[in-house]
Amino acid sequence: MFDWRWDFAFEILPRLLQATLNTLAAAGIGYGIAVVLGLVFALAQRTPSRFVTLVVRECVEFIRSTPLVLQIFFVFFVGPQFGIRLSPWVAGMIAIGLHYSAYLSEVYRGGLEAVPKGQWEACTALNLSTTKTYFRVIIPQALPPSLAGMGNYLVGIFKDTPMLSVIGVAELMQAANAIGGSNYRYLEPYTMVGITFLAISLPAAGLIKVFEAWVRKKLGMN
Amino acid sequence: MEDMSQYPLELTGPEVPMVRFMNVTKSYGTLTVLDDLNLDVSEGEMVTVIGPSGSGKTTVLRMLMTLETINGGVIYVDGKPLTHMEKNGVLVPADAKYLRRARSSIGMCFQHFNLFPHMTAIQNCMEGPVQVLGLPKAEARERSEELLSMVGMTDKKDQHPSRLSGGQQQRVAIARALAMRPKVMLFDEVTSALDPEVIGEVTGVIRKLVAEHNLTMLMVTHQMGFARDISDRVCFFYQGKIEEQGAPESLFGNPQRERTQQFLSAVKAAD
Amino acid sequence: MQPILQLYEYWNDIHMSYLDFLSEQGPRFIDGTIMTATQFFLSAILAIMCALTAGLMKLSSNRMIKGTALVYTEIFRGTSLLVQLYWIFFVLPLFGLTLDKFYVGFVAVGLNLGAYGSELVRGGIQSVPKGQWEAAYAISMSPAKRMYRIILPQALLNMLPPWGNLMIELLKATALVSLISVTDLMFEAKQINGSTFLSAQAFGTALIIYYIFARLVVTPFMRWLERVMARKIGRA
Repeated sequence: MFDWRWDFAFEILPRLLQATLNTLAAAGIGYGIAVVLGLVFALAQRTPSRFVTLVVRECVEFIRSTPLVLQIFFVFFVGPQFGIRLSPWVAGMIAIGLHYSAYLSEVYRGGLEAVPKGQWEACTALNLSTTKTYFRVIIPQALPPSLAGMGNYLVGIFKDTPMLSVIGVAELMQAANAIGGSNYRYLEPYTMVGITFLAISLPAAGLIKVFEAWVRKKLGMN
Repeated sequence: MEDMSQYPLELTGPEVPMVRFMNVTKSYGTLTVLDDLNLDVSEGEMVTVIGPSGSGKTTVLRMLMTLETINGGVIYVDGKPLTHMEKNGVLVPADAKYLRRARSSIGMCFQHFNLFPHMTAIQNCMEGPVQVLGLPKAEARERSEELLSMVGMTDKKDQHPSRLSGGQQQRVAIARALAMRPKVMLFDEVTSALDPEVIGEVTGVIRKLVAEHNLTMLMVTHQMGFARDISDRVCFFYQGKIEEQGAPESLFGNPQRERTQQFLSAVKAAD
Repeated sequence: MQPILQLYEYWNDIHMSYLDFLSEQGPRFIDGTIMTATQFFLSAILAIMCALTAGLMKLSSNRMIKGTALVYTEIFRGTSLLVQLYWIFFVLPLFGLTLDKFYVGFVAVGLNLGAYGSELVRGGIQSVPKGQWEAAYAISMSPAKRMYRIILPQALLNMLPPWGNLMIELLKATALVSLISVTDLMFEAKQINGSTFLSAQAFGTALIIYYIFARLVVTPFMRWLERVMARKIGRA
């Protein structure tokens, strides 16, 4: 029953560690895409054109309300249907980046809403251009309240990387499946994967709280 | 550790006070809020507690309601210990079960009313009798309606607190506390959160209580005129001790201690 | 004129073939949707039960009780749902507990989202003003009655908006059960993709169905619940 074999565990450890690096890379790249794209989505919902705002809003809602794993399949398989072949990595990054950019756009929107109206008015009074207003005044103030949400989604994206295994991306879950399938032993691989996730996500969540407090102190906002 | 054997297991004798604080101390860490307090309140007496903020006056009420724990001494209510219970012939700190039974004879009204927002006025009053005293609903309703009529809130009995003004809410809160038929009623700055024009509603109810009932009451208030009118005794607290106490005419009219004089003149100046 | 006609014909072709596709594959989509809905409701019930239990346990002053709840939430929040799903399906049988995949599905989703929900419960209860606790205390209510009759009703109203988001997450999470071959909407979409190779139609339709379920069923229901509770609490 409880038949843990340490020798097997150590045997598969190197491969799992390698896969962990892949996982971290995938999470990092996906998050990078999401951070930038999310800002685009957030700003696109503040244009004077009501049509653009509405369309972007609905797109964001659509992405947020539908399963990531389905979106991954969609991006991976729809490409070839129209002649574009995407590698699992690229398809995975696009899907996960897009999905999380929708989440992050909501976080940014919250942060932007939190900036007092008076700041916008001051920028108008000083005749600052829209770009300068955003990048030099508004966004720096929108950042601290957004950090908690951004941090949570960083941990979240890391925990969602196993979904990439369904299209064959060589991350942690896929490695565990492969090992389990070829050795007919699932206990050690899956448990070690679980522990790896815990070992990374729990400290990460703690670090994010510390980071957020540090940023608040640095900006004098408490 | 205090020697608990100096405290009687029960108060006996001809004139047992309704409330007795015996060598009561309360501190938060290094800050002593009540310092070796000894205070008796007789049955049916109305005692007002006044003093500057931080003097410990609210703590006195909160400890009587067992909302705060005691650090030294014993509090007795109706002859029996409130904060302690008997174990092997000696007093030990009371456990939760004992406390819950012991404090059922004490009722409290709060500065911020604390009515249950998801219940109507009458439901607020019925809640204690039904859920705690086990009264049948009809009897609880009858009792609540009587009390609501006494505080003048009959026509609003089916309204939620969000629809009532501060004065109205506080009157319902008084009815709610009375529905439990307590032996001791505590009023913790019940008019401090009210607009001036509705303070009279609430003080009127309390006057009525004093005139028509023989309830033992302790009140913390800033309304000096009101306190003077209805109290049997006034206690002036300063830094955790009773600085001076006496009948309202003598304390307000002829304060003996310097700190009392200072406090009273500061209050008068603020009016 | 010609290009416009061509465009029109092209649109017609796509349109018609999509309708053909729907009529052909419709039944399978419907079967999948029913399974997804079932998994959703069962997971939701389990998640709510776990959230309430763990949330209350986390507020206990007893360290064993609080610790147990914390272990539960940290493990289920700290690892990926997919990992948990596979672990329960593949590894638990080794410890003697074999569940049919239908049950593994909603149990994993329910436990996972219940862990997140427990934070919402805890937050909701802590957001009830301290004066309410004191007032209930002052009329000598037992702790159980106090929680059940006074605190929880008020906490529930505070909790509802974030619970709405959690319900959407729960709906999305159910899609993962397809990976242990539970025949839900996602599973059917994969099957249809495998047999027709019409990926855009297959996955696209599934996406639309999930979207409709989320925006036109779950969210309005949660908003309605919020209105009902606000009225009950006299705040409407």
